[in-house]
Amino acid sequence: MNTFLSTLPAVPINSYIALSAVLFCIGALGVMIRRNIIIMLMCIELMLNSVNLLLTAFSSFKNDADGQVFVFFVMAVAAAEVAVGLGIIVMIYRNTFSIDIDRLSELKN
Amino acid sequence: MSTLLFYIFSLLTIVSAIGVVVSKTPINSILSLIATFFFISCHYILLNAQFLGIVNMIVYAGAIMVLFLFTIMLLNLNKDSEPQHNNFVKVSAVIASGMLLIVLLSAFKDTININHNTLAVVHTNQVGLLQNLGTVLFTKFLVPFEISSVLFIAGVVGAVVLGKKEIGE
Repeated sequence: MNTFLSTLPAVPINSYIALSAVLFCIGALGVMIRRNIIIMLMCIELMLNSVNLLLTAFSSFKNDADGQVFVFFVMAVAAAEVAVGLGIIVMIYRNTFSIDIDRLSELKN
Repeated sequence: MSTLLFYIFSLLTIVSAIGVVVSKTPINSILSLIATFFFISCHYILLNAQFLGIVNMIVYAGAIMVLFLFTIMLLNLNKDSEPQHNNFVKVSAVIASGMLLIVLLSAFKDTININHNTLAVVHTNQVGLLQNLGTVLFTKFLVPFEISSVLFIAGVVGAVVLGKKEIGE
């Protein structure tokens, strides 16, 4: 694997930054444009993953393992967040019989 | 070759990420998100972060997405009946995220342009291998690692408390 990779030219870090920015913006767009709570949660996961990718790229670039350990912690936090978030979604569905985010506007009036 | 692989994986990642946002049924969104995670894992492998590539597949595609799938299936939510925002909200959301993208890209473009030759990811470094990461994780980051287990306990308790039915309901 290493001999295979050592023959390859390296990818500039700017490309990884651009890819992560695009992925993050797609996730933000999904949070803004959809009304399904589950898909909004999935778009949040997408944003977390774009940041993970950028952390890994910088960690490889700086030759420093701290960034990849941070990605590991982000994954742990994301797993706990999804467990609690899906519990909340099930609760919302039991109370309102819908997963439309705009049903949750009782505080407004 | 590596650059070509990078562009192929980037294209596939972005296409499947757009698929998450635009697909009609939640199941298709979940499948697109699994594809996105798979291609991000390919990026990790390309960066020689092999441990993260495997963990990304196991944790995200294996555990988290199965949780999403179970929720959709158990609540029987796979209907194409999601009410849509009106067009004004959609257009303004697209404009807002496009502006965010432009701001991010232009800011980072000017920040990281010092010396292009040294600013390339070296694919042969050893930091992403399991031995190196394990050493760092269990020496330098031991306390955060243990605290994350407390976080998991809190998450499990929270999920159970939220998910169980009330008495008499």
